[in-house]
Amino acid sequence: MTAAASERGKLTNAFCDAGVTALLAFGLFLPLIGFKTGENIRNELILTTRWPLLFAVVGIVGFGRLFYSLTLEPWLKQRTLRPVQTAQPVWRAVLAKWFIPFAIGFVIVYPLMIVAINGLGGSVKWIDNFGIQILIYVMLGWGLNIVVGLAGLLDLGYVAFYAVGAYSYALLAKTFGFSFWILLPLSGCLASFWGILLGFPVLRLRGDYLAIVTLAFGEIIRIVIINWVDLTNGYAGISGIPRPSFFGVPFNADDNGFAAMFGLEFSPIYRTIFLYYLILALALLTAFVTVRLRRLPVGRAWEALREDEIACRSLGINTTNTKLTAFAMGAMFAGFAGSFFAARQGFISPESFTFLESATILSIVVLGGMGSQIGVAIAAIVMIGGTEIMRELDFLKEIFGSTFDPTQYRMLLFGFAMVLIMIWRPRGLISTRNPSVFLKERKAISAELVKEGHG
Amino acid sequence: MAGSGDILLNVEHLTMRFGGLAAVDDLSFAARQGDITALIGPNGAGKTTVFNCITGFYKPSEGRLGLCHGDASVWSELEALTASGKRSIGRGKSALYQLERMPDFLVTQQARVARTFQNIRLFPGMTVLENLLVAQHNRLMLASGYSLLGILGFPSYAMAERAAIEQARVWLDRVGLTSRADDPAGDLPYGAQRRLEIARAMCTQPVLLCLDEPAAGLNPRESAELNDLLLAIRDEDAISILLIEHDMSVVMGISDHVVVLDYGIKISDGAPDEVRNDPKVIAAYLGVADQDVAKVEAEAGL
Repeated sequence: MTAAASERGKLTNAFCDAGVTALLAFGLFLPLIGFKTGENIRNELILTTRWPLLFAVVGIVGFGRLFYSLTLEPWLKQRTLRPVQTAQPVWRAVLAKWFIPFAIGFVIVYPLMIVAINGLGGSVKWIDNFGIQILIYVMLGWGLNIVVGLAGLLDLGYVAFYAVGAYSYALLAKTFGFSFWILLPLSGCLASFWGILLGFPVLRLRGDYLAIVTLAFGEIIRIVIINWVDLTNGYAGISGIPRPSFFGVPFNADDNGFAAMFGLEFSPIYRTIFLYYLILALALLTAFVTVRLRRLPVGRAWEALREDEIACRSLGINTTNTKLTAFAMGAMFAGFAGSFFAARQGFISPESFTFLESATILSIVVLGGMGSQIGVAIAAIVMIGGTEIMRELDFLKEIFGSTFDPTQYRMLLFGFAMVLIMIWRPRGLISTRNPSVFLKERKAISAELVKEGHG
Repeated sequence: MAGSGDILLNVEHLTMRFGGLAAVDDLSFAARQGDITALIGPNGAGKTTVFNCITGFYKPSEGRLGLCHGDASVWSELEALTASGKRSIGRGKSALYQLERMPDFLVTQQARVARTFQNIRLFPGMTVLENLLVAQHNRLMLASGYSLLGILGFPSYAMAERAAIEQARVWLDRVGLTSRADDPAGDLPYGAQRRLEIARAMCTQPVLLCLDEPAAGLNPRESAELNDLLLAIRDEDAISILLIEHDMSVVMGISDHVVVLDYGIKISDGAPDEVRNDPKVIAAYLGVADQDVAKVEAEAGL
């Protein structure tokens, strides 16, 4: 066969592929996009069709596939044929060395930078939505990482502990008037107590069964919160939760408020900046404790448990206690984050603690790479930052019409990210394991050898 | 050498039933201090079940498993211990344990019986050194003040960890894995994984080391090295070994005492030479010709 003929064969194949893909897309999107139900003026159900939009989408899919098979696929094939580079490039070593100090430095100066750029008035959104919101999820991701990434126990109800922390703070602060600084550790303790309480019955379970029970536990907490109206005010939630003060100095416009005390003009930005540094400190505490624990016997026992539970028992490790400490530690950090969340919002309701939240946190851990702190942080920034950026994409309304709301598509972002990660990095963004101790040199361990745990 | 030392592990009337099947039936034997005791028998004879009972992974249906630390005179307390319903009894520096009353991790932690597995159970995603440190978990846990002092960075933990690494290094040298200390355990070749598993079990500082087919899958040279390692553990570290093995060069070469099981019943017990020439053992292993069945059965008392 000549080269020209084989080239033509490839072209035919690519077109066939694109045709099949477009056909599939047509079948899939016909009910989803092609038809739309609505109501007319007499409240009757009417069916409208959206052929142009449907064919536009099908066309995009078909041509996308054609483009992929003609250009991307040969390029990827070429890439796999390239000899493997054994030596690490220099920039990687430099990046690995300087990334963490640079990242910590950046998050510390971030609010000041934003204020310098946008002025006091325009900064609240950037520090609150992009700073605090992301850091809450970074902290939750790191907390769940202890349970899922290190100990290998799949927990689908993590948000329950977040809820326990939030409601502990809200109820105790409103009822007894305790300050934030007393209630922060107390909420953590209460959440970890619930973690241990959940841990006991589920310790015998592994894998899918464990996941189901933790899922159920998350729902139990939420439904109790909804139905115990006397205590929690049910769906209506709790409002007017006391805000944290700057070590006793409230953030208000009074004469003894924060702004007056430091001779500044009153602005809500000071509270936001304070909250930012508070959650940053909490998140860094989580990271610090996790890093330390990994190098302690309990951390090694968690990882050993993930690798092989029976071998752990044969070495005299009390696996019950080890699992419980993992649950308790994870729950404690969720409790801290929960009490911070309640203090920041000033209002909480069961709506904030749905299964979707658990799924979001878990997908951040999975996308980042189970067990990797940096990976989880990057995943949280991309996913939560990405959903926040969607609020900013108002210009899309000019393209898709004024009824188009980009924030409705945030779950689509998660879906795309999941699919891409599963194709390119099935074990998450950063999948190599860093040994906790070494004799001569620290070598990263490839993800193929590291187990995910059986629950 | 057999029968020279004091009794370390005394198995009495051990029975393990799974439903209607008696995997181990009324087994009694003793392992002596400073001996290598081999437990042999055809496939399915119940050897691993005996191991799982001794190391607490199974709770025996019947029987008593006594283990003695220190002076053998403490054995006189056995009846008192059984009557008291406790797990252990101490007298001075000596102590007596009833293993069937202990959960698996306590058998290693308190009674100090370590084991390896027939299908290797390392932590493949952790380095060789980490594997050996996990084995020293309980000592390090105590030194880290149950993690509290460790998180705060107290120097006592750093010292304990250095000592633990030192012990790990000693064992790495003995099994010839020092150069691979920082490699993941899952990357090691099969023979090295076997040796690492033994080293890991030894890092728990046991009095009795239970090895489930340590020579399985080893070539003759590796098998000979294993013999040397086990003899060194017996002679230099003065640690008794209980061994399940199919490789007769290992069993006959190093063991001081052999117990033979067939269908859960002990058919022979004695020094390797006695056992080797026992007609019941030969019949169990090789089978017998049809015309000899009646004769052998009569001999075997069936």
